Amino acid sequence: MTDLLNPEFWYSVIRVSTPLFFGVMASLLSSITGTINIGIEGMMLMSAFWGTIIASFTQNSWIGLLAGVASSTLLAILLAYFHLKLKTDLVIGGVAINLLSSGLTVFLLYAITGDKGSSASLRSFTIPKIDIPFLKDIPFIGKVLSGHNTLTYIAILSIFVVNYLVKKTPLGIRMRSVGENPDAAVSVGISVNKMKSLSLVLSGIFAGFGGAFLSMGYVSWFARDMTSGRGFISIAAQALGGNSALFGAFGALIFGVAEALGITLQSLRIPSEITNMLPFILTIVVLIIYARSKIRSHSRIQEQ
Amino acid sequence: MKRTLMLLELARFVITVGIALLIGYIFLLFSTDEPMEAFKLFLTGPMTTQRRFFEFLNNSVPLMMTGLALSIVFQAKVFNIGAEGQLFFGAFGAMIFALKFPQIPWLHLIFTLFGATLFGSFWAFVPAILRTKWKASELVSSLMMNYISYFLVLFLVNNYFRDKAAGALVSYRFPQTAWLSTLTKYRLNSGLFIAIALSILVGLLFYRTKLGYQIRVVGANKKFGFYSGMKTMSVIFWIQILSGAIAGLAGGIELTAMYRRFVWQSLPGYGFDGIIVAILARNNPFLVIPSALFIAYLRIGANIMGRTTGIAPEIVIVLQSLMILLITAEALLEKFKEKAVAKEAMKGD
Repeated sequence: MTDLLNPEFWYSVIRVSTPLFFGVMASLLSSITGTINIGIEGMMLMSAFWGTIIASFTQNSWIGLLAGVASSTLLAILLAYFHLKLKTDLVIGGVAINLLSSGLTVFLLYAITGDKGSSASLRSFTIPKIDIPFLKDIPFIGKVLSGHNTLTYIAILSIFVVNYLVKKTPLGIRMRSVGENPDAAVSVGISVNKMKSLSLVLSGIFAGFGGAFLSMGYVSWFARDMTSGRGFISIAAQALGGNSALFGAFGALIFGVAEALGITLQSLRIPSEITNMLPFILTIVVLIIYARSKIRSHSRIQEQ
Repeated sequence: MKRTLMLLELARFVITVGIALLIGYIFLLFSTDEPMEAFKLFLTGPMTTQRRFFEFLNNSVPLMMTGLALSIVFQAKVFNIGAEGQLFFGAFGAMIFALKFPQIPWLHLIFTLFGATLFGSFWAFVPAILRTKWKASELVSSLMMNYISYFLVLFLVNNYFRDKAAGALVSYRFPQTAWLSTLTKYRLNSGLFIAIALSILVGLLFYRTKLGYQIRVVGANKKFGFYSGMKTMSVIFWIQILSGAIAGLAGGIELTAMYRRFVWQSLPGYGFDGIIVAILARNNPFLVIPSALFIAYLRIGANIMGRTTGIAPEIVIVLQSLMILLITAEALLEKFKEKAVAKEAMKGD
């Protein structure tokens, strides 16, 4: 347990939490209007793919990032169109988005690089890391908080921005009102469909940042199905935090600790299969705690 | 009236498949110099040789069973999409029974397949109990169970049941008494008959028994079911257990007939393909049979195309997901449906 006092451990907690921060924002922005986005996983994967590919073709990681976010946003628009216009079930639509990304990325990866596993043959470009002046000189805290990927800082910043957007701005209030009582929202002149599509698109944008971080920050290549459940873990973390971006981010940090702990345990010769299970078991535990805390306020009939 | 609606459903299916194939063709245009040749292989591949035809039939077996497993939970509006993990864990259960149970003819095989259903339903038990006891989302928990199943089974198989004499990471070979037989020299999986029989059996359960009626009521209107005195929660619980048992059995059949040892080092994906099979069948167990055959046909067609032309067969997953989106698009053809209903209503005057 000396690891918990080690700044490098907490540095890695923040590193592995970064995609989850973005994922939680993506999940929050979609669920406040009552449109839960199951497709976050696939949107992340799509962005991770296009981020690496376009960055390698243009030799510019920022253009790659832009392309990645654009691709996941397009997926979100596709989902919004099918759900809101053609009345596809939202959950099934989200599952389809995940399958689509998984298949399309492998197909294109093979077509472009001739490899089905990873983009290792392409020259990789990553989003640079930055040192924060002054902060980096503080003992312990400096080692934990400084020297992260630019996207990590964007993630931390966006937690506060999203929190403000949801809680304080007129737009956020409108979005929440659509989620809580669509009929009431309509009666005061809010377009439900407009709010719902906006929230799905915003969700796609944040999922895109999370995916791009995975392939251009966390590691420097794309691997098939590399999101490996992070989208779903984000949904669970956000459920834990309710409508608060801050609590949601805290939930993401708990998963980050589990993942970082898993990596540390692996160095102690504990089999990787066992340590890899940790975040998923934790998700289920969190779901139980969340559901139990919610159930107390419900009557027996409502439980049905 | 019923005929018009059925025709509309058929039209929807044709349009969906048409659009999906068109998009598939566009993808081929960009990835090969001879798109027509590749497309032809994709569409007719499984029919070209006897071996390929049997390969296609064999592929339909696990799809039919996972499709069946998912159609019954979807029918009750339960989104337990953990068939993948249940199949994997069921296969592991089959391996335990195959390797540990005494080698008595028949009994050994029966217990091996029983082990698969037992382990599969055990894996479905967790999301089911969480859903009914604490109202935790079965969607997220069943997906998490997929990952846990994958890592746990790999750990156990690779550490405790690994056949070190074999060249690859596989378990010990099953004794012959635990083999499910294969027919003809092309090794037709006799599990196909089990899968078809099970689909029909579950179909009869659904449309001919009280329990089946309850399941459909719970799916259509849960509150109505509850207020008319049905134990909706217990239906929601047991339907998931049954679904897990079928998915687990799928894993058991696949191992005892096709591989005769535990061979998977990654999730085989049948559970996810089962989603499209169930949706294509509109959650009707009888229709799961043609639906699974159709998806298996596309799958094997894509594989054959991949082997001959060097195009990744994963393209078929893209087509499948587009089909899911289009088939479940309620508003598609809605205008025609309304017209048909209105016309019928006018007739009554």
